[in-house]
Amino acid sequence: MASKTSPRAPRRVAVLGGNRIPFARAHGTYAKASNQDMLTASIDGLVARYGLAGERLGEVVAGAVLKHSRDFNLTRETVLGTRLDPTTPAYDIQQACGTGLEAAILVANKIALGQIDAGIAGGVDSASDAPIAVNEGLRQTLLAANRARSAADRAKALAGLRPSHLVPAIPENVEPRTGLSMGEHMALTAAQWGITREAQDELAAASHQKLAAAYERGFQDDLVTPYLGVARDNNLRPDSSVEKLAKLKPVFGKGEGATMTAGNSTPLTDGASAVLLASEEWAEEHRLTPLAWFVDAETAAVDYVHGDEGLLMAPAYAVPRLLARNGLSLQDFDYYEIHEAFAATVLTTLKAWEDPDFCKGRLGLDAPLGSIDRSKLNVNGSSLAAGHPFAATGGRIIASLAKQLKEAGGGRGLISICAAGGQGVVAILEA
Amino acid sequence: MTDLFTTIVRSPVAQKVGVPQPTRLRRYEPGMPLCEGPVLVAGGGRFAEAITSWLGTVGVPTVTAAGDAADAAAKVGAVVLDLSAATDPSDLDALRLLGAPAVKALKRNGRVVVIGTDPDTLSEVAEVATQRALEGVVRSIGKELRAGATANLVLAQGEARDGVRSAVEFFLSGRSAYVDGQVVRVDETTSGDADALRPLAGKVAVVTGAARGIGAEIARVMARDGATVVAVDIPAAGDALAAVANEVKGTALQLDVTSDDAGSRIVEHATSRHGGLDIVVHNAGITRDKLLVNMDEDRWRSVIDVNLRSVLRMNEAILGEGGLAAGGRIVCVASIAGIAGNRGQTNYGASKAGVIGLVSALSRQVADRGITVNAVAPGFIETEMTARIPFATREIGRRMNSLQQGGHPKDVAETIAWFAQPGAAAVTGQVVRVCGQSLLGA
Repeated sequence: MASKTSPRAPRRVAVLGGNRIPFARAHGTYAKASNQDMLTASIDGLVARYGLAGERLGEVVAGAVLKHSRDFNLTRETVLGTRLDPTTPAYDIQQACGTGLEAAILVANKIALGQIDAGIAGGVDSASDAPIAVNEGLRQTLLAANRARSAADRAKALAGLRPSHLVPAIPENVEPRTGLSMGEHMALTAAQWGITREAQDELAAASHQKLAAAYERGFQDDLVTPYLGVARDNNLRPDSSVEKLAKLKPVFGKGEGATMTAGNSTPLTDGASAVLLASEEWAEEHRLTPLAWFVDAETAAVDYVHGDEGLLMAPAYAVPRLLARNGLSLQDFDYYEIHEAFAATVLTTLKAWEDPDFCKGRLGLDAPLGSIDRSKLNVNGSSLAAGHPFAATGGRIIASLAKQLKEAGGGRGLISICAAGGQGVVAILEA
Repeated sequence: MTDLFTTIVRSPVAQKVGVPQPTRLRRYEPGMPLCEGPVLVAGGGRFAEAITSWLGTVGVPTVTAAGDAADAAAKVGAVVLDLSAATDPSDLDALRLLGAPAVKALKRNGRVVVIGTDPDTLSEVAEVATQRALEGVVRSIGKELRAGATANLVLAQGEARDGVRSAVEFFLSGRSAYVDGQVVRVDETTSGDADALRPLAGKVAVVTGAARGIGAEIARVMARDGATVVAVDIPAAGDALAAVANEVKGTALQLDVTSDDAGSRIVEHATSRHGGLDIVVHNAGITRDKLLVNMDEDRWRSVIDVNLRSVLRMNEAILGEGGLAAGGRIVCVASIAGIAGNRGQTNYGASKAGVIGLVSALSRQVADRGITVNAVAPGFIETEMTARIPFATREIGRRMNSLQQGGHPKDVAETIAWFAQPGAAAVTGQVVRVCGQSLLGA
């Protein structure tokens, strides 16, 4: 027998770059584009930017949160329609809004372990081209008819059809176990933490202004490829201001204490993104300079159903675990990318890390993580401005942060993304 | 791009009543023979012998005299007349004696290539006049030829053997399908042999304005000839650009050529991603037409900025330290409007005439680095842009040339790709019109 193989040492994983199509508000320009169309455009743009036409990559991992049943093999079908070598394998994942970042973690881990040398992680979502399903009663009736062995049995099963069965099942933005929408959940948490309307509007206005500035200085030139005539995220309002946002009526929460508006919450959005990850050797062979290194990642979940934790609070738990594992403090970062599902999500998370009771009681820490330098937060804007096609947000943030780190000549960045189901995915990039 | 008018003028009825019919031009495809038939080489100048022996090595038979024009077997694919030794007007008669029967024996899509001596290198008045006379002859032959045949003139400086060979090869080949009535000067720079099928192999070429039209075709032709292509266009055209870059297996670089750092970003991309920069094609250009009296500042400035100032500025970085390699190539896209002017195009005409000036001055400046700088001046090319020209103007533009048809984007691209070839090292400071010998600006 040959001698036993020995484990290989993990390798560094480089973020080489990214590409996304501009994000568009739902039921607008991309209304008729499918998830596969948008993911294909996003990957083909990445292929063009990095000269990957005809290249076989180790793996493409992507997903969509809102997915048609016909798209069971979405990513592989997408790859077959791109300019990548058709022998590039692919698979789908889904972890709600954490999908894009989780896809990157999976690709990065395989690269680190030497199982693959390069891969693409992506995500796509269309809130416009939503998968409307047939009525559950109709579905059950049809399945029963299909199982019937005789014509009589079949007729009997079909006799169960009712006019109410014509009402289709439309996907809803609600948590199945609470029946509350994500916004309603967030409103509860925001009220609990006393997050003010003014603070939320300030964060939202800053997001628009910073993303607009990023476009103006050409920062997005090699991050975004136009699609269907859209060259910039069409949710972006460069002239957004606290004054304008203050005029909007609250849409989530109840009564006097309601603070969350359409302006400080992300709208439903269509879009796709993709990032290219590789080993150092692969990057060198392909003459590509790493923008940043994908250092580590952590995923956490909270019990928002039976427990009393907020639905979107999981990143607050994931980050301290990630910091501890890497021997870092919350202040050891040059940039923070905290996904703006709602302005209140970002503000609650930051407030929780400053809160001694939360940090001791919930996180089991002796001292609070402390506050961050706000000037390092979402420096090129985030989801409130760009929009948030659920699974595409991770790719947008990874590419943008990696490029920012490269431009700054080095540094460390933290990514934090909350997700439905009380989950949170966080990661560290370094350059 | 067949419109109703074209359908009518090409109909059998129209042919019967004598409406002139454009010939389907012989356009280059890899592996295609240089000429469709033997080449008659005559004239007794100092290049004839070398041309004959080179044609032999590339498998093209040569003859020294035209046979009976009525005999199909005696037809020739091309005529190369070397009159570089002509010193007296009486020597020009050879052109008539040799040329007349040869032209009669030309096949479809035939070629007439005349070799002369660059008058600028001569001092005797009679010699200068004699050599200058060749231009008049060739341009007139171009207008007399039919059935897709063209006539062009190569003017040699001294013993420009490699340059003459490269220019003659270009004019004989299908690469010059829509180049007619042109004069190209070649100097004594020598060049090595390149792979005939992939003359640009190993070269890194940057093409601006590559997302569509002529630019996209330049990218395709460059890639076909072996170059690694960096396709550049404005961010707003990024999706079309990505498609072109992927098609040619190159890379896409989204940038605005008028931005301050455009040149340095191009250099950085080409060198870091592809290991160097050998060829730059300044193709990006815009039109903002208005009569001068109605021309506003924005229309004026944007056209001058994109078509001319950006090229000047990018060239600083491209020709700077660590930029374009020794032996590199810069090719600009001028326009007939820069030569003849065009109503409503004072801004565009200015920018394109400026490009011609740039080519002439810069080519001298960088000659010692083996870098050549040339321009093409497209005439009526069938593109989305020309398809939008009003009917009457479009038909005049399309048909008022010796080949009686519009050119293809590929024709422009082929000329640019020739300038970029290693074999064309002796060709610099030249403006070649790709216009089918348009009557405009002739």
